[in-house]
Amino acid sequence: MQPSKSKVSSLPAHFGHERIGKIPVANFLLSLTWMCACLLAATPLRAADDQGWPIAPADSTPAPSAPSAPAAEMTEVPIGYLKQEVKRPIPLSRLYVEPEDYGIAGAQLALKDNNTTGRFTKQDFTLDVERVAIGGDAVAALQKLVASGHHFILVDAPAETLLELSDSVNGQDVLLFNVRAEDEELRQEECRANVLHTAPDRYMLADALAQYLVWKRWQRWFVVKGVFPEDLAYLEAIERAAKRFGGTIVEEREYKETPGARRSDSGEQQIQQQMPVFTQGAPAYDVVVVADEKEVFGPYLPFRTWDPRPVAGTAGLKAMSWHPAHEQWGATQMQNRFQRLANRFMWPVDYQAWIAVRAIGEGTTRARTADFAPVNALIRSKDLNLAAFKGQKVTFRSWDGQLRQPIIVTGPDLPVSISPQEGFLHEKAEVDTLGVDEPETKCKFK
Amino acid sequence: MPRTENLAIAIAVAGSVSCFAVDALAYTVYVSNEKDNSISVIDGATLEIKKTIPVGQRPRGIILTKDGKSLLICASDDDTVQILDLASNKIVGTLPSGPDPEQLNIHPSGSPVYIANEDDALMTAIDLAQHKVIAEVPVGVEPEGVGVSPDGKTLIATSETSNMAHFIDTESYEIVDNVLVGSRPRYAEFSADGSQLWVTSEVAGTVSVIDTKTRQIIKTIGFEIPGVRPENMQPVGVRILKDGSKAFVALGPANHVAVIDTKKLEVEQYLLVGQRVWQLAFTPDEKLLFTTNGNSNDVSVIDVPALRVIKSMPVGSAPWGVAISPQ
Repeated sequence: MQPSKSKVSSLPAHFGHERIGKIPVANFLLSLTWMCACLLAATPLRAADDQGWPIAPADSTPAPSAPSAPAAEMTEVPIGYLKQEVKRPIPLSRLYVEPEDYGIAGAQLALKDNNTTGRFTKQDFTLDVERVAIGGDAVAALQKLVASGHHFILVDAPAETLLELSDSVNGQDVLLFNVRAEDEELRQEECRANVLHTAPDRYMLADALAQYLVWKRWQRWFVVKGVFPEDLAYLEAIERAAKRFGGTIVEEREYKETPGARRSDSGEQQIQQQMPVFTQGAPAYDVVVVADEKEVFGPYLPFRTWDPRPVAGTAGLKAMSWHPAHEQWGATQMQNRFQRLANRFMWPVDYQAWIAVRAIGEGTTRARTADFAPVNALIRSKDLNLAAFKGQKVTFRSWDGQLRQPIIVTGPDLPVSISPQEGFLHEKAEVDTLGVDEPETKCKFK
Repeated sequence: MPRTENLAIAIAVAGSVSCFAVDALAYTVYVSNEKDNSISVIDGATLEIKKTIPVGQRPRGIILTKDGKSLLICASDDDTVQILDLASNKIVGTLPSGPDPEQLNIHPSGSPVYIANEDDALMTAIDLAQHKVIAEVPVGVEPEGVGVSPDGKTLIATSETSNMAHFIDTESYEIVDNVLVGSRPRYAEFSADGSQLWVTSEVAGTVSVIDTKTRQIIKTIGFEIPGVRPENMQPVGVRILKDGSKAFVALGPANHVAVIDTKKLEVEQYLLVGQRVWQLAFTPDEKLLFTTNGNSNDVSVIDVPALRVIKSMPVGSAPWGVAISPQ
């Protein structure tokens, strides 16, 4: 399967700066544009470890006749991407080992999309990636991007780093896009005026899943939970969703054991014994809801519970912003484009980065300028006309900067449904039944 | 309602229609069935299915050649455009469309054929006699809708992710202008006099009416039906009467066709049809309008003067495109 191929991605694994140019469409004029952009803009930005660009493979389309936009009039729109490396647990399934270019490849694809449009609007989008090593100085990396003229910057970092970054550029013409962190606080007490979130928060994900479970009449939930803070944060989101949509938690059970190692020869046998015993003796229930973000045991539960019941939550049936088998509303096109570009499947953070760069593209195209204030205003407005392969346009919530979007409820191989579900009504937009709505927000932008 | 009752009503309605249809010109309706890999052939006089023809995989956009002898079919999953000979009902050839063709159109002179290649951000022009690519024009991301002006001088491509209608000169194959429209533009249709271009935007839920001389948007028309979720207003196909009095817009999962007064540029009525209505075609006399309803697997027939849905008839699975031959 393709995710494991991600290791051979063309993007080098290194820290520091790299510039990703737009991908030439094998078009003479376009290459001219591209060379000009390189000469004009890249020089002060390129660092010693630059691998040269374009990094991504070029299209093999035969040379078509050229568009009429002269290269010289192009306006450059530099986009930054800051990735704070963190130590992540190895996922239980080798299908889901995180690709080296996770997220970045999504931004690259959107950059390519923006530049295809940019040929006509005379805007040239560029992407500069700053990778910060574990323990490295993310604020310094952000300052570097800002100093070199980047107003729009994607951030892939844990919540605490994101807050530091946000506060370090407070009051400046900088808009950050949170493409990874799902923490609720970032949209609530700790919300920031200069941050928009394309990553859904845990409440949105839990609500999307809960709506489906309730629609399915699987309303009695047997919750099993891990011990880490992330697990408890997800658990809290599940408890909230149960109250909102009519789920009943029949029991919460904590998993404290160390499961048998999957790689050791007897590992699978141990797990086969452990999981039924762990789930034995629960009150009558319809579905196991698992809160185990660090994947200590969750993915072992499907097909191994004491009672024959489906598993949902952080394992089994999951809520996600994107799934590589999602094909509705023209998504097939996007999946194909992404796979050609990255040689792997597209996953949520890729999609979340794609939306962020596309929002910058839409904002710049519709505002007909690259100036910060009008583009920033347009991106945040309800006039953002962004088609995101979800069957409706997506916009950012004015009260907390969260992207409102339908959420895919999916099994491992295929999407099962898309929430919001029919029947969960909202006076303005049904998609606002997912996550924190305006009347309940605790966000006061600062 | 049980299926039998539905059928009974349909048959009753069909009875009344066929009286009327006898007076009309004979014609044949072709419907592409996206999931069945087939074309349904409907007899225009009796409004009955005459035949189902197996074709390539995932047939979507279809169009009759100007001589009326062939039907061109975008077989999207076969990455080709098939030529169906209407005398023998056999596939007699293919056009080099490039990957995943979805919609196509033809120059008023009968050739070239214009095909949008969503995967490559290209508009391809193919000589119909020689089956050869004569030009490729780079356009925006995911080109889909293809319009040709009545005088044959202007070709339109709508790009779904760039959100533009690209105006292309059919002589030089240069892009002469790009008009930003609402998001995910699906379809482009000129008025019969060529003065207006109508572009539907599926995700924005609007139709942009563009003055073709100034290339400015004259009006953006939105849709509102009580009880239908606003996000389900997803306009796709559009057809305009030759006399320019009315336009019809298929509203996708809103399951309605909007009737628009083209003078006032305002919606005057919504007609309930089948589920996920996408494409439309008039009979040659413009007395009937056929709609393809992808989720209910049927075709609705609208009486155009009366503005009434007079029949719905099951076709294959996921009907997508519709074309009507005067023969």
